[in-house]
Amino acid sequence: MITLNVNGRAHEVDADPATPLLYVLRNDLKLNGAKFGCGLGQCGACTVMVDGEAVYSCLTPILLLQGRAIKTLEGLGSAERPGPLQQAFIDEQAAQCGYCIPGMIMRAQALLERNPSPSDDEIRAHMNPGLCRCGTHIRILRAVHRASKTMQGAIPGGKRA
Amino acid sequence: MSAKPFLRGRSCAMGQETGSGSRSKFRSGLGLTRREFVAGAGALIVSFALLPRLSAGQAAQDARAPTLPGSLKDTPMLDAWIRVGADGTITVFTGKVEFGQGVKTALVQLAAEELFVGPARIELVTADTSRTPNEGYTAGSNSMKDSGTAIMNAAAQVREMLVGMAASRFGVAADSLSVQDGSIRAADGRSVAYAELVAGQSLHVPAQPQSRLRDAKSRTIVGKALPRLDIPGKLTGAVAYVHDLRLPNMVHARIVRPPSYGARLRALDSSATEKVPGVIKVVRDGSFVAVVADREFQAIGAMRSLFRGATWDEQATLSPQSEVYAELQSLPHDDYLIRGDATPSAKTWSVESSYRRPYQMHAAIGPSCAVALFEAGKLTVWTHSQGVYPLKGAIAEMLRLPAEAVRCIHMEGSGCYGHNAADDAAADAALIAVAIPGRPVRVQWMREQENLWEPFGSAMLTTAKATLDGQGTITDWQFDVWSGTHSSRPGQAGNLAAAWLLQSPFALPTPKPIPQPEGGGDRNAVPLYDIANARVAHHFIPKMPLRVSALRSLGAYMNVFSIESFMDELALAAKVDPVVFRLRHLKDARAQDVIRLAAERFGWNNFQERESGKRRGRGFAFARYKNLGAYAAVAMEVDVDRESGRIDVVRVVAAVDSGDVVNPDGIRNQIEGGIVQSLSWSLYESVAFDDTRITSRDWSSYPIMRFASVPRSIDVHIIDRPGAPFLGTGEAAQGPAAAALANALASAAGVRIRELPLTSKRVKAAIGV
Repeated sequence: MITLNVNGRAHEVDADPATPLLYVLRNDLKLNGAKFGCGLGQCGACTVMVDGEAVYSCLTPILLLQGRAIKTLEGLGSAERPGPLQQAFIDEQAAQCGYCIPGMIMRAQALLERNPSPSDDEIRAHMNPGLCRCGTHIRILRAVHRASKTMQGAIPGGKRA
Repeated sequence: MSAKPFLRGRSCAMGQETGSGSRSKFRSGLGLTRREFVAGAGALIVSFALLPRLSAGQAAQDARAPTLPGSLKDTPMLDAWIRVGADGTITVFTGKVEFGQGVKTALVQLAAEELFVGPARIELVTADTSRTPNEGYTAGSNSMKDSGTAIMNAAAQVREMLVGMAASRFGVAADSLSVQDGSIRAADGRSVAYAELVAGQSLHVPAQPQSRLRDAKSRTIVGKALPRLDIPGKLTGAVAYVHDLRLPNMVHARIVRPPSYGARLRALDSSATEKVPGVIKVVRDGSFVAVVADREFQAIGAMRSLFRGATWDEQATLSPQSEVYAELQSLPHDDYLIRGDATPSAKTWSVESSYRRPYQMHAAIGPSCAVALFEAGKLTVWTHSQGVYPLKGAIAEMLRLPAEAVRCIHMEGSGCYGHNAADDAAADAALIAVAIPGRPVRVQWMREQENLWEPFGSAMLTTAKATLDGQGTITDWQFDVWSGTHSSRPGQAGNLAAAWLLQSPFALPTPKPIPQPEGGGDRNAVPLYDIANARVAHHFIPKMPLRVSALRSLGAYMNVFSIESFMDELALAAKVDPVVFRLRHLKDARAQDVIRLAAERFGWNNFQERESGKRRGRGFAFARYKNLGAYAAVAMEVDVDRESGRIDVVRVVAAVDSGDVVNPDGIRNQIEGGIVQSLSWSLYESVAFDDTRITSRDWSSYPIMRFASVPRSIDVHIIDRPGAPFLGTGEAAQGPAAAALANALASAAGVRIRELPLTSKRVKAAIGV
């Protein structure tokens, strides 16, 4: 049994310790946010946050994650109460098929928690590992800018969300 | 989102819509004067003298060709499209599927508009062989034309019928009634809800050729940027994709695919695999090999183990990649003259060029996935196929099951840009499901399986020749295109990758070209420009060395790239501005409108080509997709770094006319995405292979566009044509974006590259630094 802290809750997981986090999130915890894209750490569809950093869940065995704080898309909000980044993506209609977007949101969340007001170049550089095939990039960039503004407005001093 | 903002204060007296206007010919009404209602057999059968009052000439015309609008032609009963529940819910059925293009939202808008209800009142059911109309494939940018038109008309006819029923109930004239939010109100204050009128029964009535549609000016939902209905769930972890489907007692399967085309399994040692923890079964049928396990990561480990236990006989069947274009011209091909005005005279051509396009991939971010369950002789398949009905037939044939034993239900997948491996994954799941009845089987393809086995967009070659007169007018034109098929979709078992491998295999059917005017490899090969003498020939190659099928816009991407590059070459030869040159050769007013709008918003006439370390240039291109769909013009500004050959797309301005606009933001999103995707194809993408195997296995060997290279801005300007036919949007940008890029490169660096993709290496070599 391995204990994983996901979105602030402890979960006892009965799985091979070599199992990548992605499969545990999706199948054991039934969290759909992280997606399988390549299993190679090349596309970012599986991105989640671990201790505040964007991490490829398809490559990270659960063995390494005991005692670490894992955050997934579901930890940011719900359809009824979306978090600031989710709301910004909705406001910008920043999705086509949407398959890459959970990973994009988690990658952006890691940036905004570290740097609440990034420049356009900083956002592009940070988001560069994430692949989108529908060509939604410009809306994704706009959504990250929008979230950066709303998060600062909502949280004085740019404190972490 | 709440429906209320769209409905506040909305009330429309039915008799007030009959004024003059562009739609007046649709407004002759259904003649709901005499009718009788017969309740029976679970459906409310409504029959009445439905023939609209028509002019004699119109009636004669309709008698010759009594066509119903859109997909009502094939599925005429209204209750196949719309049902009103006893609880007031309205269910709308479409045979088309959502894959991120926003069609669900647009269809709901159309139904809500014509039914006078808020969008939130509508539940939309998409392609399901047990529930929805058969609308074939969701392809060709035809969803609005087919399903949008059908649903809009069906909704209007259902509303009119309900109004007629209310009129009977109240004993008043239908024209005196008004409708608001699904409730019909008489002048004296009496009102009745739709649900009360139908009492949960279906309106089992055939559709009529004409509908009393809402006047475009009075619309409150259509034409508005209603936020996409599918986005909140996708952004918050809902079950949004077939990948997310988790059925009770479900098992996970992985396939061991052959390493190359035509490879055959010589031997399989599965003894080690069968000892892998969690493994339930190894499934083998001929060279089709799969493993089923309790847990997903166990299935992956077992797949790797099984791969090690497999020995394959492979054949070197592929010519060197450098010979692709010579091969296209030497492979057996069928020749079709698709436009032939005159016998070509033995004159000297003013300009002659040839263009090349390599094999390119759909490369969805998520590899294909499917879930199947075989229980009590019935097979259910959840799939992100673009055509659940044709797939059902193919799977039934492959499994030798009666068609009625198979049901295919669409669920979304990762981005769909044509015929990828979605159907193949569904076939895999079906094959495995029948081997372990009673348990739902989830099959997830791996990245390299998708890359190696999806059908690619065909490599293509074109040649263009033209003659200019002294005034710079094109007088003669000859265009030839060589291409493999752009449609090898299932419909038959032999179009499923697994079916080739079975002990009793199915052969890949010989494809036929998609006929003009839509065309396949020759899509958009006929120029829309007014040219006195034009000859266009399609050299269709039935048997290609690589697996090929539909990739977004089919041959239009390459033909528009070719024709629009060539138009710039001709404009240069004629010493005429490329935009002016195009306008001079176009009579079509709508084509002129998008060209003028894009040029104006781009600032074409004031553009300064400049040099500041990098060379900046501008490019323009235009096409009407399929010559009968949406009009799109694209203007583009690029920086070219002469040292590295790198092209940076600075900004893009597009103008599009998709006919009647249902959701402007949906159109904008599709055009923006189409431009970025086409730039990715055109700057980077080419499937690599050696003499035996595809070698573009992953994102490092098949790179696509990343954030760092995405244009700084893309502005899309829409020309709305309220009341005009829907023209579709999804594929309109692919060709113009590619040609605008090549033209901008020529403007910036003075080099014309006619071979896609326009890689830094090619640009650098052409500049010759």
